[in-house]
Amino acid sequence: MATPELTAGAEPRLRAERRRIGEDVVKGVLALCALVSVATTVGIVIALFVPAIEFFREISVVDFLAGTNWSPLFEPASFGVLPLIVGTLLVTAIASLVAMPLGLGAAVYMSEYASPRARGIIKPAFELLAGIPTIVFGYFALTFVTPLLRDLGIPVDIFNTLSAGLVMGVMLLPTVASLSEDAMGAVPQDLRDGAYALGSTKVQVATRIVVPAAVSGIVASFVLAISRAVGETMIVLVAMGQQPNLSLDPRQAAEAMTAFIAATGAGDVPTGSIEYKTIFAVGATLFLMTLVMNVFAIRLVRKYREAYE
Amino acid sequence: MTSRALKGGLFKGVLFFSLLVGFLTLVVLLVDVFKDGLPFLDRKLLTSPPSGDPDIAGARPAILATIYIGALLLAFVVPIGVATAIYLEEYANKTRWYNKLLEINIQNLAAVPSIVYGILGLAFLVRGIGLGRVLLAGAMILTLLVLPTVIIAAREAIRAVPDSIRQGGYALGATQWQVVSRQVLPAAIPGIATGSILALSRGIGETAPLILIGAVTYISFDPTILGPFTALPIQIYSFLRLPQAEFKLLAAASIIVLLAILLTLNAFAIVIRNRYRRSW
Repeated sequence: MATPELTAGAEPRLRAERRRIGEDVVKGVLALCALVSVATTVGIVIALFVPAIEFFREISVVDFLAGTNWSPLFEPASFGVLPLIVGTLLVTAIASLVAMPLGLGAAVYMSEYASPRARGIIKPAFELLAGIPTIVFGYFALTFVTPLLRDLGIPVDIFNTLSAGLVMGVMLLPTVASLSEDAMGAVPQDLRDGAYALGSTKVQVATRIVVPAAVSGIVASFVLAISRAVGETMIVLVAMGQQPNLSLDPRQAAEAMTAFIAATGAGDVPTGSIEYKTIFAVGATLFLMTLVMNVFAIRLVRKYREAYE
Repeated sequence: MTSRALKGGLFKGVLFFSLLVGFLTLVVLLVDVFKDGLPFLDRKLLTSPPSGDPDIAGARPAILATIYIGALLLAFVVPIGVATAIYLEEYANKTRWYNKLLEINIQNLAAVPSIVYGILGLAFLVRGIGLGRVLLAGAMILTLLVLPTVIIAAREAIRAVPDSIRQGGYALGATQWQVVSRQVLPAAIPGIATGSILALSRGIGETAPLILIGAVTYISFDPTILGPFTALPIQIYSFLRLPQAEFKLLAAASIIVLLAILLTLNAFAIVIRNRYRRSW
């Protein structure tokens, strides 16, 4: 656009003659509403870290992070968070083993094989799966998958990490599939055409061209899925149990960080007590873990968008 | 068949299998819920309060509370979310650091675990300002939880309105707010409505934040906005925790009610999306 500087000192006026106060008020109100989300973040940080810091005045960080015994509500109380972290990581690992390969496979199918008509059926079905409340998945894990595992001859406890992890994996499938498919959709058609022109088969194009070209988006979908698994509450609360357990045996009951927060927060723990503060110490740990993964995933998504769009 | 073709067919088969796992689980889940729940899905479930006796227990207070929470949630989240979206799309200078920060902040908030919002509610609303374990606190926390979803959907809807519409408005001498309120917003309403309904259905399906707000209690009376409450997902959780097997079936029946509400909302959103979709 040409700069409107025709004669020195007499710039043409592009703005209104007088200031419209109403317009400024509107902009102010809109900005104020935008501040709500900033206030939410500030609120979360204060709500988590102020009590968490008080907690760490009483319990040393080393005892918290390296301790192997979690029994904050019994005498003598012990505050080693490792059993909760192990529980969370174990259920996350099982869920990832289900969601990542299957989600990636579904994404490649949707992006490279499905006809537009088939996609018109698959996408809404995945949206439906993604819209099922997590409490329903918890119900399914407890009342269907656990008995099914027993029928199959796997000796699982009533509450166990395996069925919680398997169901959580299915819950995360749409997340992985739709984000990965997005990334594959952003791969330019020229790359595929070039490979076909060199005599590649469809399998080769999918595995050696499309997947590598979309890898940052695929990794982002994996990281976001892990982050959601770590933060997921209802499935682990209902189906995995509330027994802190350092064991890596998925057939046993265990307790995830989120399940501890929910179970303790639901009770009437007195404000300011050390039990009350454990909610925030564990919550702050959870928040930091997911924050790191989210920031990483958001960066990756931005990267592939910049590369191809 | 050549080995290449065989390999291709096998590969496609494996991919199709991955897709099928999701579908089959969805079908099995729905069949399982309906098989268990349908016999218990009767008037009693909708009109009676919960009870220690599964034969007379219902979920009326929880269903009512979920409806109240949904209404409050929409009333809070739509104005705030749409206003934020308008600010970011129409007013904000995107090169300024604070506006960039605002965008990153909203993206991050969308991925914060829902239980963390529950902690926020517990610390600030329930204990901090002393609102107590009331329905309003639950609605406010769910509002914050789904706010990023609404903002993102509303921004997309606003961005889809072509610039020529705005330029036309300015050329006729309209102010910025006149252009936004009379041209851009009406054109973006279908997209905003779809996004808001989807956010609503996500909000009322949430359980974890409400547990921390203190909704896991025995409520036998109809809820009020400033009174103690339980909600439908929480009622399902409460039923699941009881030892008698009948309560598991009551949980299944309550799940059918919850899914029916959510499916109705989603169907509504899809109808709006398809009917009012406009190509410029």
